[in-house]
Amino acid sequence: MNVKRLTAKFAAAAIAISGFAFGALAEGRLGVPKDKGLWLQEPANEQARRIADFNLDLMYIITVITVLVFVLMFYVMWRYRAKKNPEPSKVSHNTVIEVIWTGVPIIILAVIGATSLPLLYYQDQIPETEFAINVTGNQWYWSYEYPDHGGIEFVSTIVDEEVFADPTLKAQAEAELSAFLGMPAKLNANLLDTNNRLVVPVGTKIKVHLTAADVIHAWALPSLGVKLDAVPGRLNELWFEVEQVGTYYGQCSELCGRDHAYMPIAVEAVSKEDFVKWVELRGGVNRADAAVSALGR
Amino acid sequence: MAHADPTGWKRWVFSTNHKDIGVMYIWFAFIAGVVGFAMSGLMRMELAEPGIQVIPEIFGMTDQQARHMFNVLTTGHGLIMVFFMVMPALIGGFGNYFVPLMIGAPDMAFPRMNNISFWLMPPAFILLLLSTVVEGAPGANGFGGGWTAYPPLSGTLGHPGPSMDLAIFSLHVAGASSIMGAINYITTIFNMRAPGMTIHKMPLFAWSILITAFLLLLSLPVLAGAITMLLTDRNFGTTFFEPSGGGDPILFQHLFWFFGHPEVYIMILPAFGIISHIVSTFSRKPIFGYLGMAYAMTAIGFIGFIVWAHHMYTVGLDVDTKAYFVAATMVIAVPTGVKIFSWIATMWGGSITFEVPMMYAIAFILLFTVGGVTGVVLSNAGADVAMHDTYYVVAHFHYVLSLGAVFAIFAGLYYWIGKMSGKQYPERLAQIQFWITFVGVNVIFFPQHFLGLQGMPRRYVDYPDAFTFWNKISTIGYQITAVGVLMFVVVMYYTLFVTKKRIGENQWGEGANTLEWTLSSPPPFHQFNELPRIK
Repeated sequence: MNVKRLTAKFAAAAIAISGFAFGALAEGRLGVPKDKGLWLQEPANEQARRIADFNLDLMYIITVITVLVFVLMFYVMWRYRAKKNPEPSKVSHNTVIEVIWTGVPIIILAVIGATSLPLLYYQDQIPETEFAINVTGNQWYWSYEYPDHGGIEFVSTIVDEEVFADPTLKAQAEAELSAFLGMPAKLNANLLDTNNRLVVPVGTKIKVHLTAADVIHAWALPSLGVKLDAVPGRLNELWFEVEQVGTYYGQCSELCGRDHAYMPIAVEAVSKEDFVKWVELRGGVNRADAAVSALGR
Repeated sequence: MAHADPTGWKRWVFSTNHKDIGVMYIWFAFIAGVVGFAMSGLMRMELAEPGIQVIPEIFGMTDQQARHMFNVLTTGHGLIMVFFMVMPALIGGFGNYFVPLMIGAPDMAFPRMNNISFWLMPPAFILLLLSTVVEGAPGANGFGGGWTAYPPLSGTLGHPGPSMDLAIFSLHVAGASSIMGAINYITTIFNMRAPGMTIHKMPLFAWSILITAFLLLLSLPVLAGAITMLLTDRNFGTTFFEPSGGGDPILFQHLFWFFGHPEVYIMILPAFGIISHIVSTFSRKPIFGYLGMAYAMTAIGFIGFIVWAHHMYTVGLDVDTKAYFVAATMVIAVPTGVKIFSWIATMWGGSITFEVPMMYAIAFILLFTVGGVTGVVLSNAGADVAMHDTYYVVAHFHYVLSLGAVFAIFAGLYYWIGKMSGKQYPERLAQIQFWITFVGVNVIFFPQHFLGLQGMPRRYVDYPDAFTFWNKISTIGYQITAVGVLMFVVVMYYTLFVTKKRIGENQWGEGANTLEWTLSSPPPFHQFNELPRIK
């Protein structure tokens, strides 16, 4: 057993004892895919909720259209089968109906567009945010930096499958993760968990600067309603806010080579107080006045 | 035109006969289709359970290599199905065979160019297959960057080996073949229609091939340019797509999708043409709203060129740009809706019989509708954030291509196999083949909507346990489909090599009224030596 692991275990024990001080022992929310799920992941913020609501509206519309087409088709197949209707009609034009089936879809699409575009602008126009995080995609891990908090930097790599199979390894990994977070934490899912998590405060609008160091990756968090490519040579921006304490997962969403399926994204949302403590734990700087933040604006 | 009928290998290798070339295209598409289908089978087997089990076993490789191999399979499956199965079958195969017959022409305008169009395809296919067995990614064989081949993953950074170069050459050669084919169709259709056959009397399949040919002619050079720039980036030190030299990887995506979006209509428009003929034939009614149908296809072709960036909603486009592409993309639903409703209206009042081509055509209309409405969902950039690069997209485009274009290929084969071979397929066996395939593909692809909504990213060799159930179902669907495909081979074998039943000029009756049904089955080696006159 190496020193690092021992330290981690010790740290975890210490944290567990001082857990009350950190005040985050309560079970948080989990942003994970659901077994046999049929629909979007449970939305965990306004962005994801608006997507889910809009998608539900769309689902009603497309279901009605599909049912209409199916019903018409089955009616025609039954009513005009050769046995029942041996003499085919010769009708091959009807201007009125042609205008209707061109015009009605236009109206439906206009209605969809009227909901769709406001959602798009809501997602894409970045509001006043409190601070920024720099995210860089690498083959095959994510690196994170907090420029507004004294430049805390770390990388986040996948927790190996073997760890989930072996309780000792798992306990060790959880201890290390707990030490990193400064609070007790558990691993939740194979292929989704990472050694370090991106820690963010709840109820805070955060801006993410995205880029990549090698090939294109995509940073995605389904339950938080964000997904954006990390492109080398470009700086993309997105914003998000988490409402509840918990752990939220996503996976790289742009083919990036051999281990594309093995660079998940894990976000740990903590209370604002815990976030301040975490920044101190990582040796960062908490600025009392957000206005001094250069990048978060 | 008074050549003796050539025989033996010379008949095929030196062929300048549009029907022989069409038949060769169909055989080629069949062989490529089997390879592409086998690749998807390996992927589905691997995805049946979480973890990596199947690929290392089959190829005798490590887990690490298997991860890359999976990407090679997705790439190969995509490229093969698009360039070497659907396009050769619909455009090269049915287009070559039936466009001259339908417009009353003796052959294509440039028969020798037609020969080279076909004979470029096998080398292109061989280049692509070769690319899977030479080094691509560091220490691994094959190119695993997806059919979209985005740099820098497709550049020297992601794939330093020669595999990608071979894939680029393959697309160059296939592209040259398609461009020459397109020139041939446009010339043939504009200049060789029988006397009296105005453009507005031309059968819809010929219309669909004409529009497709224009799309090919305008979009393929853009792909050729993009992959050539990629080639020089890789080998000659240019930096078109390399940020360190002032280039931009997103530029490639714009160029690729400026080709790639018309490409999806290139695959579906000929299918529309075939379905129109079949629906009209078995409803014993002329097509409803002929002009609307023809110009709906024209509109789809045109709009297809101005919607490309809806494949790129998450690359970081400006919000106003996205808003434009949302609006433009949704517009496509209008002409597509016109087509769906016109097919139903064609059947309305008809005297419908349900031979196998008609069953496939009806399935096409129903399932294309399903794929179409999920397309409307995806067109909304706001909702696309949730589904982009997930299995929802995979489900969507397989509903329009695998259950759309491929069903049209099946429909066309059953519709015309009698005309092409002079022998009729066994109806009952073909019905069973239809039902198995129909159930199978739906069981594969419908659950993938659920996976996508739950957030399973596409092109993943392994997935979290929560996605197991629907992946398992999807793989079962593949197994059912495999039975359907096997039965298809049996049905076609029986038709071509076993049955003794011969058929005459027109086995479908009065509903089949295009010119190919006025000829013997199979048609004479050279037809219309005396041009038919259209009233």
